[in-house]
Amino acid sequence: MTPLLSVEGITKRYGTHIGCADVSFDLYPGEVMGIVGESGSGKSTLLNCMAGHLAPDAGQVIFDSRTDGFRDTLTMSEPERRMLGRTDWAFVHQHARDGLRMGVSAGGNVGERLMAVGERHYGDIRDKATDWLGRVEIDASRLDDRPTTFSGGMQQRLQIARNLVTGPRLVFMDEPTGGLDVSVQARLLDLLRGLVRDMGLSAIIVTHDLAVVRLLADRLMVMKSGHVVEAGLTDQVLDDPQHAYSQLLVSSVLQV
Amino acid sequence: MIEYNFAYLDEQTKRMIRRAILKGLAIPGYQVPFASREMPMPYGWGTGGVQVSAAVLTPDDTFKVIDQGADDTTNAVSIRTFFERTAGVQTTTATQEATVIQTRHRIPEEPLNDGQILVYQVPIPEPLRFLEPRESETRKMHSLEEYGLMHVKLYEDISRHGHIATSYAYPVKVEGRYVMDPSPIPKFDNPKLGDMAAIQLFGAGREQRIYALPPYTQVTSLDFEDHPFEASKADHGCGMCAATDSYLDELIIDDTGGRMFVCSDTDYCEARQAAGHIGKDNGGKDAA
Repeated sequence: MTPLLSVEGITKRYGTHIGCADVSFDLYPGEVMGIVGESGSGKSTLLNCMAGHLAPDAGQVIFDSRTDGFRDTLTMSEPERRMLGRTDWAFVHQHARDGLRMGVSAGGNVGERLMAVGERHYGDIRDKATDWLGRVEIDASRLDDRPTTFSGGMQQRLQIARNLVTGPRLVFMDEPTGGLDVSVQARLLDLLRGLVRDMGLSAIIVTHDLAVVRLLADRLMVMKSGHVVEAGLTDQVLDDPQHAYSQLLVSSVLQV
Repeated sequence: MIEYNFAYLDEQTKRMIRRAILKGLAIPGYQVPFASREMPMPYGWGTGGVQVSAAVLTPDDTFKVIDQGADDTTNAVSIRTFFERTAGVQTTTATQEATVIQTRHRIPEEPLNDGQILVYQVPIPEPLRFLEPRESETRKMHSLEEYGLMHVKLYEDISRHGHIATSYAYPVKVEGRYVMDPSPIPKFDNPKLGDMAAIQLFGAGREQRIYALPPYTQVTSLDFEDHPFEASKADHGCGMCAATDSYLDELIIDDTGGRMFVCSDTDYCEARQAAGHIGKDNGGKDAA
């Protein structure tokens, strides 16, 4: 099997300070990769470099795109990369407000990506939006309500629907459950796990919450000060951490 | 006359504006930045249109100004007088006689010919402004031809009102490339934008942008397959000249609910009345 995404030697410096250094890994179709680490460890920098939001100083991001096969997304032209961002890729922000248009109804938010790739039939767009609201457990009667009237959990679920409506193959998630209370988090994780399995999505999830990766991720990378200090199967890393920092991270989780 | 250069602006400024106009004509629908000057009138009164008019006027031109179709409202009268004083050009109210027509929010009913220039006053040139407030982002969207957002606005219209409720400043796509704000003309006028014999120039003074449509440009109003674009107008005949094919203004004439509909294009209406067409509010029989 060929990897869907192949990251080679990604390095990003902020002046003399290291954002992330020499990160390499392969992600296979249908696989979920978790990236954990403390604040400032470079997880988000790495994610933004891969998703094309930041330009890394060195490295390659080879992606197997649906239209023209393996491409280095860092050297492709900006229109191509933005097109990829609307079709094969999805990006779920930590704060739903960053990923949603707050002045536009839920249906319009979900429909935007469809319209951006050329869908021009109102009825079809609306049907798909209704279908997706159902899939993320939002009542269809809220279709014409603005996200400002939604709770935090609903906004996050709407953001996920908006991202998945064009059937992406790779989803980047930046702390998707951050800022939500635990019961809402559990429901969202359940939903995400179902969607990832049903659609055969590959995903890269950045989080500092080990419970999230335990539930969702197949593989795990632990980052510290911009470097990957440990990588492996999720259960293996969490149950038998080898690096001192991983051990510290695992032992820091509060047991209730 | 000796106090001013011809048509108020100095020659260097006119040269700069003409360069912007030429660039705009070369790239139909593209918003060309220009160094808008202070004009002796407030923003919102047509400072962009006046600068474009000043740059294209020659002493042989005949100038006409309309405001919402009318030749006799404050804005139209003041701009017409401005150019009478500073350029000494002939002015007219007859659409056919004019060579340069400055307009606020209407296209004349009578078809324009290839010797004419139509200059629009534009308050907000950026069609994506209210959807995406970042100018850096909208410029990128124009350059990368990412116009999905424009349809989100139309989608919102339909979901809220059941039909596309945008009735003026209706977004258009020019030659299959740039999405353009046609200035706040009623959407009734949108079909006239395309394939027009006259040159159309758009000037936004406060926003410092000029854009243009060369003659016979393809202009399409955006829509959905199942909600096609419709050039709507009030479903009445003109009360003065009985015209049924012109854009109408609704006038409230008393405080008991009385109203009448009249052509917004005063020149068109007067010409029809002079030709013997009499509407029902003008002593005539009921219009067809």
